[in-house]
Amino acid sequence: MSSTDHAAVHHVHRDDYGSRMGMWLFLFTELILFGGLFIIYAVYRFTHQTEFHLAAQELNTTIGLINTIALLTSSMTAAMSITAMQKGNIRFSKTLIWVTIGFAFVFMVNKYFEWGAKIHHGIYPGSKDLLAKPEGEILYFGLYYVMTGLHTFHVIVGVIFFLFILRQINQKKIEPTRYVRLENSALYWHLVDLIWIFLFPLFYLIH
Amino acid sequence: MSEHQHEEAHVIEYGNYIFIWLGLLAFTGITVTVSGIDLGNWTIVIALLIACVKSWYVLNYFMHMKYEDVVFKIFILTALFTFFIFLGFTFWDYSFVR
Repeated sequence: MSSTDHAAVHHVHRDDYGSRMGMWLFLFTELILFGGLFIIYAVYRFTHQTEFHLAAQELNTTIGLINTIALLTSSMTAAMSITAMQKGNIRFSKTLIWVTIGFAFVFMVNKYFEWGAKIHHGIYPGSKDLLAKPEGEILYFGLYYVMTGLHTFHVIVGVIFFLFILRQINQKKIEPTRYVRLENSALYWHLVDLIWIFLFPLFYLIH
Repeated sequence: MSEHQHEEAHVIEYGNYIFIWLGLLAFTGITVTVSGIDLGNWTIVIALLIACVKSWYVLNYFMHMKYEDVVFKIFILTALFTFFIFLGFTFWDYSFVR
């Protein structure tokens, strides 16, 4: 019993390993959430190949590429913020988190203009112009709005996580010896990046 | 007391992250270039293969999966296996419909 008493003094309600495992289990539910959508995409692309190719011409590859680079870079800065925290460089860790948030905003501003241009051209769910198109193109744009929309929602949630982390660093609740929340937020951010790694070629690069 | 509470934190150096990041950018460049070449049905296969390679690097290095316990690896394989059952059976079904 004495060893557990000892543990109770030094490790009150603290299990970083279990915490990370919990985060991974949550990420698997995200895999199934997006996975379901990817399966719908795969089936409709299989049954409407030519329409998917035609519809994809409407997307701007350059914007997609800029967003890919923004997310890959932000993923790196998020991972680096953990290294900085481990090394006790709290100030640099915070800077890297702000850089990550900055790239998230680059992504969202790009998405705003991208969606804005589509909506301006009359392509949005339920619009007359879109409904006049062949079935495959309606399906493509429906999936485009749902999947990139759900993904961008995750980007927004990721930013909220990081703002929360910055607040906890300032409150000294996250420090070089206790940073599992930063690790878990970074894991969430990497998942956002992972999903985009698949969304980009599947929606933007069909030629 | 759990043995994990004494685990040594694995510190990955900044330089390693930059190296992985450059690799990811290079793969992105390859995907965009290849998509411009007409390879028929191979285009999508190559694009997905490159996406899988990129994911592998993100999972192992950015998400530290390489340094996690074997339990985490079993978890992720189970999750991916489940997903591929969904995907595989859906296409199996569709190959009879058409």
